[in-house]
Amino acid sequence: MATPENAEIMVVADKVTCLFDVSAPLLNRLIERQPRRTLRAVDGVSFEVKRGTTVSLVGESGCGKSTMARLLVGLHRPTSGEIRFPGEGGRPRVQMIFQDPYASLNPRWRVRDIIAEPIRTLNLRSGEDATRDRVDELLVLVGLSPRDGEKYPHEFSGGQRQRISIARALATEAEFLVCDEPTSALDVSVQAQILNLMRKLQQELGLTYVFISHNLSVVRHMSDRVAVMYLGRIVEEGEANAIFANPQHPYTKLLIDTIPNLEDPNRDRKPLGGEVPSPINPPPGCAFNPRCGLATDRCWKERPELMRQSDGQNVACFVADTRIPFEETVLVSEEV
Amino acid sequence: MQQHNQIAAVPYPQRSFLTRWRESDLWWSLKHSPLALGAAIVLLLIVLGAAFAPLLVSQNPFDMAQLDLLNAELPPAWEVEGQKEFLLGTDNQGRDVLAAILYGSRISLLIGAATVALSFAIGITVGLAAGYFGGRIDNFLMRIGDTILSIPTILVAILVTSMFRQILPANLREAMAALILVLAISMTSWVQYARTVRAATLVERRKEYVQAATLIGVRPLKIMLSHILPNTLTPVMVTATLNLGLAILVEATLSFLGLGMPATQPSLGTLIRIGNQYLFSGQWWVILFPSVYLCILVLAVNLLGDWLRDALNPRLK
Repeated sequence: MATPENAEIMVVADKVTCLFDVSAPLLNRLIERQPRRTLRAVDGVSFEVKRGTTVSLVGESGCGKSTMARLLVGLHRPTSGEIRFPGEGGRPRVQMIFQDPYASLNPRWRVRDIIAEPIRTLNLRSGEDATRDRVDELLVLVGLSPRDGEKYPHEFSGGQRQRISIARALATEAEFLVCDEPTSALDVSVQAQILNLMRKLQQELGLTYVFISHNLSVVRHMSDRVAVMYLGRIVEEGEANAIFANPQHPYTKLLIDTIPNLEDPNRDRKPLGGEVPSPINPPPGCAFNPRCGLATDRCWKERPELMRQSDGQNVACFVADTRIPFEETVLVSEEV
Repeated sequence: MQQHNQIAAVPYPQRSFLTRWRESDLWWSLKHSPLALGAAIVLLLIVLGAAFAPLLVSQNPFDMAQLDLLNAELPPAWEVEGQKEFLLGTDNQGRDVLAAILYGSRISLLIGAATVALSFAIGITVGLAAGYFGGRIDNFLMRIGDTILSIPTILVAILVTSMFRQILPANLREAMAALILVLAISMTSWVQYARTVRAATLVERRKEYVQAATLIGVRPLKIMLSHILPNTLTPVMVTATLNLGLAILVEATLSFLGLGMPATQPSLGTLIRIGNQYLFSGQWWVILFPSVYLCILVLAVNLLGDWLRDALNPRLK
């Protein structure tokens, strides 16, 4: 998908930081003399999303992408920084598609009432007949039948439930959907159906998506732009095609290297060693340094900022930074 | 579109409440548990007996005009001196023991049910608020509950009833006796409901359907009542059933101690207290039958509660 060049900007995240207090209870802190501990879930993240496009946030679990989703929809407030909606008319209707299709629908409500709840709450239609017609319309739009409205959520499969969730989100007449791993709980064959439905809806209704996933194949299929997150920070951001064709950050390279390839199933893959460090006690300098084969002295002392490279990608890495002459960086392996 | 509208014309089968109950797991479980089924039948009979007491026995035992001292101290009908009219004998004022039991069980059941209803109402309100808002509100409400639980129920009830007895003028005491009992017992028993609802609310609140409702803009009160509460009621139903038995017993204890229902409108506990006075003069039937009746009633309620706890436990399915 080509990004419309002069598209209006839907949402801007400006140095958004979200900290969680994970200290022990007061009494334990006093007795055991523990300090307060904070978890930096999201640490100075900036990006923007143009209207009608899809931006994906990718990363391993624990990298803060779900927290970012919650910040975008307003379920959490940023500790510092802000999320702006620069479009006319202020804050647009923002909805979220959740990961677990079994927990995201109230088991005691009929599907008809689940989808009608936003219409009734926001007074989008006057009268029960109009509401009913709108619910039927939405059910058809997401590929279900109006008869399904009388059923309860447990009568549906995971994929169908996700369709119901999408219908509920669309019932608010939302323009901006934040999808937190919407397909990771589904079978592969069903994943494709849901992703195609989401793309179809985007084209028909001009929706804007922020798509959160750890599945790079899904991200490639869906996105205009991709932001790779590591330990609460964006390490690389750019156009989806460019990132997949020419990853710059060593972490992005590693991630892309782990995608299974149908043409070359037994290729010699580098194992991604180690785990994501704790966001409570991150390593000094660049957070990726313990796992990075290219880490230099500088990577242990300074933290790289996101820099715009000559080819238009934004990368936070000293080694990959094409603007710094390579001679200045000393590789650890050479030093030892 | 056309095709879908045709499908819409075929109505999805709407099943009545009775059909759904007969197809439910709960009914299946009840049918396959003879003990629970027996307890349910016994409880139903006791409730029917209390409800239709005036039709089942000819005498209203607490209308002095209907009592005849000539019928006093008659043993049960199968004894030598017994009379057919008074199946379970009479007390020293010619009161039919069977009639007294049926009328007394009315009061016991009413107080039990009212106590459950009141503590249920207080408990779910407190539990929902504590679980949903969390933080200081949660701490405050739950510490009150913990404090109350650290004092034995019967002591709190004695304290409250004797306090009301001092406050209220003498002519109101008898009229208000039932209400005071309900208040006194509910004072402690709401804590269990609150804890159960709070625990379930903490689980439900984190579920994504609640967050979805928040995002839609549904107000907190509506989220609590229409989303969270219905999903927390299953465990509370078990607490309510088991506590019905407990409430009836506490009421009986208080009445036996003379702190509960007066002799003019006696509950089963009052009847046992009255019967206790005649035990040594050989009129065993005055105390035995109300006691046995109370035992059967509480046993039936508890057996039903135990069954409900197992039947609603997803791990045992």
